[in-house]
Amino acid sequence: MESSVKSTAATTANGKVPLILGNPTFNTVTETISGIVENKPPRIWWGIFSVSVVLAAVGLSMIGYLIWEGTGIWGLNNPVGWGWAIVNFVWWVGIGHAGTLISAILFLLRQRWRTSINRFAEAMTIFAVICALVFPGIHVGRVWMAYYMFPLPNQMGMWPNFRSPLLWDVFAVGTYFIVSLMFWYVGLIPDLATLRDRAKKGIRKYVLAAFSLGWRGANRHWQHYEKAYLLLAGLSTPLVLSVHTVVSFDFAIAQLPGWHTTIFPPYFVAGAIFSGFAMVTTLAIPVRHFFGLKNFITNKHLGNMAMIMLLTSYMVGYAYGCEFFVAWYSGNEYEQFTFINRAFGPYAWAYWIMITCNVAVPQIFWSKKMRTKPIVLFIASILINVGMWFERFVITVTSLSRDFIPANWDYFSPTIFDVGIYVGTIGIFMSLFLIFLRFLPTIAMAEVKFILPQANPHAHDHHKV
Amino acid sequence: MSTENKKILGILAEFANPGELLKAAEKVRDAGYRKFDVHSPFPVHGMDNAMGLKQSKLGYVAGIAGFIGCTSGMVLQWWVSAVEYPLVISGKPFFSHQAFIPITFEMTILFAAVATVFGMFHLNRLPQLFHNLFYSEQFAKVTDDGFMVSIEAGDSKFEPQKTKAFLESIGGTSLEFIEAK
Repeated sequence: MESSVKSTAATTANGKVPLILGNPTFNTVTETISGIVENKPPRIWWGIFSVSVVLAAVGLSMIGYLIWEGTGIWGLNNPVGWGWAIVNFVWWVGIGHAGTLISAILFLLRQRWRTSINRFAEAMTIFAVICALVFPGIHVGRVWMAYYMFPLPNQMGMWPNFRSPLLWDVFAVGTYFIVSLMFWYVGLIPDLATLRDRAKKGIRKYVLAAFSLGWRGANRHWQHYEKAYLLLAGLSTPLVLSVHTVVSFDFAIAQLPGWHTTIFPPYFVAGAIFSGFAMVTTLAIPVRHFFGLKNFITNKHLGNMAMIMLLTSYMVGYAYGCEFFVAWYSGNEYEQFTFINRAFGPYAWAYWIMITCNVAVPQIFWSKKMRTKPIVLFIASILINVGMWFERFVITVTSLSRDFIPANWDYFSPTIFDVGIYVGTIGIFMSLFLIFLRFLPTIAMAEVKFILPQANPHAHDHHKV
Repeated sequence: MSTENKKILGILAEFANPGELLKAAEKVRDAGYRKFDVHSPFPVHGMDNAMGLKQSKLGYVAGIAGFIGCTSGMVLQWWVSAVEYPLVISGKPFFSHQAFIPITFEMTILFAAVATVFGMFHLNRLPQLFHNLFYSEQFAKVTDDGFMVSIEAGDSKFEPQKTKAFLESIGGTSLEFIEAK
């Protein structure tokens, strides 16, 4: 570890662009990031927050109506028994994956640029998983029986079916939520202590003191803390890959043409990272603009994220192509029909939105100029998320609406409640994210200080800073 | 800084930067102090060696918990599916271990991660909402940009004036005896 620290500090001294601009001291890092929490939020915060809360309220009241009336208020019909609920669930879980990728996988790969974005990417993960969990919770219809999903002893002597991928989902997403929450909280402890030490007396100080657990920056603590961080990163890495693998099993274990394929696990994981990075970019650009964090989240960070999106767009693009090839190569006429139907059937519009947003749009990231233009990135990242939503829609609905026997076929149209609950979860997500921006340090202060050149204990051997 | 009538609980000294802190830790260790600690806003690399600390045992905690999670995940599914509630589903065997792998894996990760976090809290004796060092006004700097060494009065080598002189001699500034308020 130590040698890598040294070499990075050296290359930075050799004239490479530093990760954090503006040559900050440890104190300016504290001031800038704590300042966001301690001062009044910009007016735009209130604007976006009010809109988000209204959307969340609309969504929640529609969920209330759903619980009262049943899932019949959705546009589900006879062949299409899985509609927007599963599409939204997969979309939200996928978005969450980038947070874990940034906090765990990039940590293990020693990508030091991750420190500027990992805190809010992890927050994004948690809020996205909360939104995702809404759907399996409510799609059962009788939500008061949702506990049937868990292996709880009960007087009926009933137990769940462990051979079902839907139950694997309960364990995978549940574990993912708990582990992500713990990882995020562990990362927050030193920063909460910083806020505690800056807080004047009062409730704020007591709350921060309680949540920072009496952290005192002691090396006897840092020793176990860093080990815990490394272990959590090591555990989260296979976990995050397993979560979307299990989500893809919901489809792949079924016999439906277009679902029953072995390419699904890697294809879903790549898509998850793709959409997650798009969401991180969508959030990072306004955050750095309105909170004055351009020295922390630099164009280099944006460029790196754009390159990851470009890479993963090729992975999903390859998967789209590969599915067609395998359908042809299998010689199975149902399989072949499904894919021709996807591209040229009644849902062709959705298919081509998916191709445009996920394969064509990211091509602009070949240009370095475009990669570092925030407005271009912002628009492209939103389009990618639209495309990734349609990917899940295409997979779910096209296969269901035209399966084996033409007499079974039907076209699926969403109702206002499908749309309202989906938009409602966007409102819930944005409200939670804005509350996070307001009350917790958006950027991991301790981690950013650690990657500053003067944090290297040997930085002072040759020249005084 | 009156030392006459109040009990001295320890001493705190500030150092200029992570490099100075690292050297100071080595000297405090070599001078034979045991109940000392260094405080910094972020982990300083090489500090564990400088302080003479052994490797963290947290890895074993996670490993053992992961093993327990793995076993209990598989046993739970076997007991439910093959013993307590055997149902024929698509003609699959009651104990279909292939289908039990995902949940076994998730349980392994869940147990290991929970044990990692709570094991870390236990090894660090956290939460500990109060510590003698919080009597010091300047200690708050540690979570911002302060680099400090603290030595507890309970250390067998601790003698107020001698320890103070020692910390001064290795470059410590803003020396302060920790006293209850």
